[in-house]
Amino acid sequence: MVSYFLRRLFSVAVILFFVSFLTFVIFFQLSPDPAVMICGKTCTPERIEQIREQLGVNQPFLTQFFTFLGGIFAGRSYGAGEAAIHCAAPCLGFSFQTSQSVMDMIVSRLPVSITIAAGAAVLWLLIGVSAGLISAIKSGTWWDKGAMMFALGGISLPNYFIALVLQYVLVVQLQILPFPSTPDFAEDPLFWFQSYIMPWSVLAFGYASMYARLTRANVLDTLGENFMRTARAKGLPPLLVLRRHALRPSLTPIVTLFGMDFAGLLGGALITETVFGLNGVGKLAADSIGKNDQPVIMGVTLMAALFVVVANVVVDLLYAFLDPRVRIKA
Amino acid sequence: MRHDQKGSIPANHLLAVTGLGVRFPTPKGPVDVVKDLSFTLDRGQTLGIVGESGSGKSMTSLAIMGLLPKDAKVTGSILLNGSQTVDRSDAELRKLRGDSMAMVFQDPLSSLNPYYTVGLQITEAYRAHRNVSRRAARAVALEAMAQVQIKDPQLRIDQYPHQFSGGMRQRIMIAIALCCEPDLIIADEPTTALDVTVQAQILALMADLQKETGAGMIFITHDLAVVSQVAQNVIVMNTGRPVESGTTEQIFSAPAHPYTRALLNAIPRLDDDLEELKMVQEFTRPKVTPAAVTTS
Repeated sequence: MVSYFLRRLFSVAVILFFVSFLTFVIFFQLSPDPAVMICGKTCTPERIEQIREQLGVNQPFLTQFFTFLGGIFAGRSYGAGEAAIHCAAPCLGFSFQTSQSVMDMIVSRLPVSITIAAGAAVLWLLIGVSAGLISAIKSGTWWDKGAMMFALGGISLPNYFIALVLQYVLVVQLQILPFPSTPDFAEDPLFWFQSYIMPWSVLAFGYASMYARLTRANVLDTLGENFMRTARAKGLPPLLVLRRHALRPSLTPIVTLFGMDFAGLLGGALITETVFGLNGVGKLAADSIGKNDQPVIMGVTLMAALFVVVANVVVDLLYAFLDPRVRIKA
Repeated sequence: MRHDQKGSIPANHLLAVTGLGVRFPTPKGPVDVVKDLSFTLDRGQTLGIVGESGSGKSMTSLAIMGLLPKDAKVTGSILLNGSQTVDRSDAELRKLRGDSMAMVFQDPLSSLNPYYTVGLQITEAYRAHRNVSRRAARAVALEAMAQVQIKDPQLRIDQYPHQFSGGMRQRIMIAIALCCEPDLIIADEPTTALDVTVQAQILALMADLQKETGAGMIFITHDLAVVSQVAQNVIVMNTGRPVESGTTEQIFSAPAHPYTRALLNAIPRLDDDLEELKMVQEFTRPKVTPAAVTTS
């Protein structure tokens, strides 16, 4: 068990190393020279060289990459002597645009993204899984057809479209909700809820649709299993047959999917945050891409990768716990 | 195997099936998967039901258990211990299933839920019919596992189906079926998915347990060799209809119906020098099935 865990941790490290290497190549080496960008219009070659020196981009590529990695684990300094700026570990560098620490920028945006992801996750699990269950149990009825129509809508309608329609109807026309924003829960819980409910719903709609279809398919598969017939042949009450024998095999794969989806959203719900103008990690990423703010893009990408890779390990461990056939061999 | 005259079925039979029919609606009209099936079974006796795939053997067993899909229409009469089970509500049938009558299925791996220990899968069958504590049910399960000759039941009871071999899994299925001491055991191809050597062990075990408990058994199989080992009486079915019935000796020594002869001829023998295996295909269409024969 411990050795399995260590091996997984090692593979996480390897994956993150390659992800950071790739992002570094793409964003730093194949992008326009940041020194030119920072320097602005009234610029001299000497000034550019000076900035390059300070950013360290005049160094050979691999040196730059390992300086960047070193910054994450041990911190680093930009420039030398009196003018040097120290960046404490974990250092992801400074934004070219605002000169803020990338780490601070991400950390300050994380609570918004976590709130959006968590609220949406509660909604889509409740709605998606129960709709899928009802569809499967009442397969072929109008319940089933209605739920599946709804799910098809959720999968095919882009969420920026739904977001704009909802915002127009509920906020502009009916005025029953405020424009989405990111207030503090402690100050005014009701306002907090009203501000977040629309982003949650929009984000949850697509996921709920996917989960409803998946749950339905899984439950229908399980209902056709031979062990279901055995359970009925034992004379167990129908609800126990369903709860014990059908639900667990059907929902176990959904746990895996959920772990990955949720982790993906912690790296920012890019479209939802952008459409509603919520300052989460997703919007930070979108803004930085627009401004070619490479350190920020790099930081957000790495962090999103970290969430997904770690979630992958957590899900695998959880799966071994949920499915006795996948016991871990130490 | 005696065919009683209609209306004169003695009440002391364990199971009396009269004029059983199972009909499924299909887009092309109703299909009779079982038709005009009658037989009786007494305690301690084994009845073999033999036929090819699609002959209605499994549908017969599911009809007796009340496990047919909802759209199936069952006609005729099934008397278990003298009381009618056809047209009973599912809640009433549920009390009989697993208690008075139990079933052993073909594929023991897929018939056991991979997510639960075999212990839970045995005890839940027991607790569905007996109001006992977990601990008491566990004791019963341990006893049932010992009865089906699983070594180290104390250790094995907390293991999962995938940790058992095919033969051991079928022993678990038998333990599940036996734990409530049913009057009737229906074994639907219980040895088909097993190796030949394991097959022999399971057959011997089932015969022993039947002798011990005195239960009546319906043994469904396509394997005539297996039937000759376990059953006193045999019904041969083809396309949902019984074509021949009688004692096992009669069926094997003097098969009266051409379909039965074809089935027996289709068994390859070691001393045969065949280019290809014999077929029984000309009987699979209902039109050509000659009238049923009762050999006794």
